[in-house]
Amino acid sequence: MATLTLKSEEAYIDQFGPTLNYTPVGGWDSREPDKMVKTHCCFCGVQCGIQLKVKDNRVIGFEPWEEFPVNRGKLCPKGVKRYMQNEHPDRLKAPLIRSEDGFREGTWEEAYSKTVSEIRRIQQSYGKDSFAFLGGASMTNEKAYLNGKFARIALQTKNIDYNGRLCMVSAGAANKMAFGIDRAANPWSDIPKTDVIILTGTNLAECFPILTDYIWKARDNGAKIIVIDPRITPIGRTADLFLPVRPGRDSALCHGILHVMVKNGWIDEDFISEHTEGWDAVRELVKKYTPEHTEKITGVPAASIIKCAEIWGPAKKSMLLHARGIEHHTKGVENVLSYINLVLSTGRIGQEGSGYGTITGQGNGQGGREHGQRCNQLPGGRDINNPAHRRQVSDFWGINETDLPGEGLTACEIIDAIERGEIKGLLSISFNPLVSIPDTARTRKALEKLEYYGAIDFFLNETARFADVVFAGSLQEEDHGTVTNGEGRCIRLNQSVTPPGDAKLDWEIICELGKRLGQERHFAFTDPGEMFKELTAASKGGPIDYSGMTHERVEREHGLFWPCPAPDHPGTPRLFEGGQFAHADGRAKFHAFEYRPPAEDVDQEYPIFFTTGRVVSQYLSGTQTRRIGSLVDQYPEPLCEMHPILAGKLGIKDRDLVRVATRRGEMTLPAQVVKSIRPDTVFVPYHWSGKKAANQLTNRRLDPISKIPEFKVCACKVEKAGSR
Amino acid sequence: MKDYEFFIDQSRCIGCQACVQACGECDTHRGTPMIHLEYVHRPTGVQTAPVVCMHCEDPTCAKVCPADAIKQDDHGVVMSAAKPRCVSCSNCVIGCPFGVPKMQVSFELMMKCDMCYDRTSVDKKPMCATVCPSEALYYGPRDYIEKHRRETPVNEFHFGRQVVRTKVNMMTAPSRGEINVDITQYMSGAEAEIDPMFDARDGAPDAARFAVWEG
Repeated sequence: MATLTLKSEEAYIDQFGPTLNYTPVGGWDSREPDKMVKTHCCFCGVQCGIQLKVKDNRVIGFEPWEEFPVNRGKLCPKGVKRYMQNEHPDRLKAPLIRSEDGFREGTWEEAYSKTVSEIRRIQQSYGKDSFAFLGGASMTNEKAYLNGKFARIALQTKNIDYNGRLCMVSAGAANKMAFGIDRAANPWSDIPKTDVIILTGTNLAECFPILTDYIWKARDNGAKIIVIDPRITPIGRTADLFLPVRPGRDSALCHGILHVMVKNGWIDEDFISEHTEGWDAVRELVKKYTPEHTEKITGVPAASIIKCAEIWGPAKKSMLLHARGIEHHTKGVENVLSYINLVLSTGRIGQEGSGYGTITGQGNGQGGREHGQRCNQLPGGRDINNPAHRRQVSDFWGINETDLPGEGLTACEIIDAIERGEIKGLLSISFNPLVSIPDTARTRKALEKLEYYGAIDFFLNETARFADVVFAGSLQEEDHGTVTNGEGRCIRLNQSVTPPGDAKLDWEIICELGKRLGQERHFAFTDPGEMFKELTAASKGGPIDYSGMTHERVEREHGLFWPCPAPDHPGTPRLFEGGQFAHADGRAKFHAFEYRPPAEDVDQEYPIFFTTGRVVSQYLSGTQTRRIGSLVDQYPEPLCEMHPILAGKLGIKDRDLVRVATRRGEMTLPAQVVKSIRPDTVFVPYHWSGKKAANQLTNRRLDPISKIPEFKVCACKVEKAGSR
Repeated sequence: MKDYEFFIDQSRCIGCQACVQACGECDTHRGTPMIHLEYVHRPTGVQTAPVVCMHCEDPTCAKVCPADAIKQDDHGVVMSAAKPRCVSCSNCVIGCPFGVPKMQVSFELMMKCDMCYDRTSVDKKPMCATVCPSEALYYGPRDYIEKHRRETPVNEFHFGRQVVRTKVNMMTAPSRGEINVDITQYMSGAEAEIDPMFDARDGAPDAARFAVWEG
C-alpha cells in the first residue's frame, strides 16, 4: 500500500526539502574553473545555450555563451540560477526504500530486485497492462526513446505516457490534423522579419523570456504586435492591439476575426484552392460570427475584433504564435485549428518571415514527444495504430509485430485507471503528477491505491513520497545527449559533472531494469551516443526523420532542424515551403469547429473564472526551482490575482487572504489586486504543492482528441478569509 | 569593446529579473545584486524599470562624499565607495539624482553598479546586459542602436537647474536630445522662476517642513 508513512508535510520537508539553496554547498567558489562546458539550460523549450563552470566535479557558476545562435548569451533568471540545483543539500544520492518511518537508504540490488519482482507479480496477477509507465519531457531524446522501448519491450505494457500530455498535445494533434506533421513551421529567426505578429495564449515574456527579443526586434523593424490574453502580461503591455479574451472563448474569437477578413476579401483564394482543403465549411461556419455576436461570447469589443482583422488580414508577412493559453482546454485542439484557419486563409505560411508555431513549454517538449514516449506513438513520429508503422518498428527492434503493444491510456487517464483499481503498478521518471495534474485530491487517492510504485528522480518530489522505491537518478548536467527545442532544432547537451554519491544516470537504471526483465539484448547500451545512433536509425523513413544526424554534427552545426534524412542533408528550418504540406495529398486542411463553451462554465454558485499559469522565476511543478533560494524570493508563494473591481465587490484589499473554491477543492492564499486581469477572472500560478497547489481546484476534464486537461478555465467562487 | 556603450530602454523591460540574478553572480559582490529593478506600480500594471548606475561625467555622489571615497577610473566608470574611506554617511544615497547607490549596512559600505569593472576590463560585456532577454539593457556599439532602434539614446538629464551628463544612455522618443525631469523645464523662463514658497502662509504645513519635522 502506498500511503504516506511520515505523519506530516513538515516531516517530509525536514528530510527531503525543499531546502532553499542560496549559496552552493561549501560556499561560493570563485577559483578558476577546471573547464567550461558548453551546454544548455535545463528548463523551457527555448533551450538557451549556457557555459557551466566546473571545478572538482562541481558546477560552481556559469558564463553566458554568446556564440549559440538561439539566445546569443541571453538568459532568464531560471537559466542564471540553474546551476544552484547542483551540489544541492536535497539531492538524492542513493536509492530509497519505503520504511515505517518514511524512507531508508537501500542498495541498488535491493531497489532493482524489489522492483522487478513487483512488476512480475503485478503483471502475472492482473495482466501486462496493469503496470504503467509515466515519463517526462524534460529528459533527452535518447531517454525518451529508451522509455518507449522499455515500456513496449521490457514491460510489454501499452500504458506508457508522459507529462507532455499536460503541455503540448493539443497543438501536436491539431498540427497533425492541419498540416500532417507536428512541428513549429518556422525557425524563430523568421520572427524579426515579419510585419504582424499575433501572440495568443502565451505569456511569452515570463514562460519563454528569450523570445521577447525576437518580438521586440520585429517591432524595431516596424512590425505590429497583437496580444490575446485574459491578462495583460509583460509582452502585452506595449502591444499595438490587446484583445482581453474571456477564458474558454478562443475559437469563437478566431471565427469572429475570420468573419471580418472574409467580409473584406482579405483571403488568399489562389492559395486556398491550390494548397488546402475544407475552406468552404469554414467560410460557412464564420458567417454568423459577426463582430457583435463574437463580442457577446468573448468579451472582446467588436471594434477590437475588426481592428485585429484590419491589421492581420491585408498584411504582407505575418507570424502567429501560441502556447498553453489556447491549448489547455477541453477544446484545445479546436482552438488551435481555428487559429490555423486564420493562417491558412491568408496563405502566409512556408515563407521567410511568414508562418506559424506553437511554443513548446518543456525543455524537450518537442523531442520528448517524437520518439515513442507517448501512448499512441512509435519512434520517428510513427503511429502505433498504423499497420505499416508497427511493422517497420517491430522489424527494426527485431520483435514480432504481435508482441508490440497497441495504443494505451494517456497520462490523466492512467491516473484515473489507477484510481479505479485497473492499473496496480507504476514506474515514473521526471514527472510530479501530484502537483501537475488537475484535481489533486483524486490524484492523491489514486496514488494511495497503487500496489507498487517506483519513482526515478534526482530530488524527492511530492509524488515520489508515495513510492515504494525511489531510484536516485541524474540531473541534466550529469549526462549527455540531445534535446529538440521549440522550433524543431535538435541540440547537443554536454556532460558537466558525474552524478554524486551512489546516484546513477537515468538510462543506466532503465537499462538495468530492462535486462533484469529478460531483455538483455535490447538494453545493452553503454552510452547515450549508442542510443542516439539507434534512435536516428529507427526514425529513418518516418514522419520525424533524424537519420542524417550524429552527436558530432548536431554540436558542430549549433543544432539541426528535422527532417534531416541524410548525413549531407542540411536540415529543414522552415516547413511547408511552396505550399507543400505533409499530408499524402500535399494539402493543408481547414477544420470548421463550432465554438462550444468550456466543460465547466460560470454560474450563480461559482460565478468567477479560475485560470492558471506560470511565473518567470518558477518552472512547472517546482521540483527544481522551489529549491533555489533567490528564485523563490522573486515570487515566494502563489498569489490570487484579481481586478480591483472584483476585489471591491468582494470587500478584498491587496494582500488580504482569500478563499478560492471550486467543485474540486479550495485554497486560501493572499490576494494580488491588479488592474492587469479581467474583472471576471482570477489567476493563480500552479508551481506549488500541498495546500498551495492551484491544481487542487482545476478541472480534470479532457479534450476528446488530445486528452489534455482544462487547466485554463473552470468556475470558482472567492471570498475574503482574513487579513495578514 | 573599447567603444561599446550601455543603453537602457525601459519600454522593452519584461521585469524577469535575469539582470538582478546575474548581477548577484559577480565574484566581487556575489549574492548581493547591485542593479535596481522595480515595478513602477504593480496594482496599475506590469511596467518595470531597470536602473544601473548611470556613471555621471561629474558624479553627484562623489561631490557630496565627505570622505572622498567615490572615485572614477580613466574611462569614466564611477566605482563603489572605497572601503578604507567610506564612513557610511549615506550622503551619496541621498544625493544621487537617479537613486542608485545603496548603503549596505552589513558591510558598512556604499555599494553600487561599477559596470562590471572586472568583466569590462578584460573585454567581456557587463553581466546584466549580456543576459537581458529583451535587450532592455544593451551593451554594444552606438551605430547598432542608431541603425536598429526607433528610439533615440539620450545621456543628458536636466534636474531643474542641474544638468547631468552620463556615460550610460537612456532610450527615449526619436526627436528628443535630453530628458527634462522637472516640469518647469518645459515652462517659459518667467514662470519657471516662480519661488515655490512665495504664497506659503507662515506656519502652514507645507511639504518641505513636513518632511523635515515629521520625517
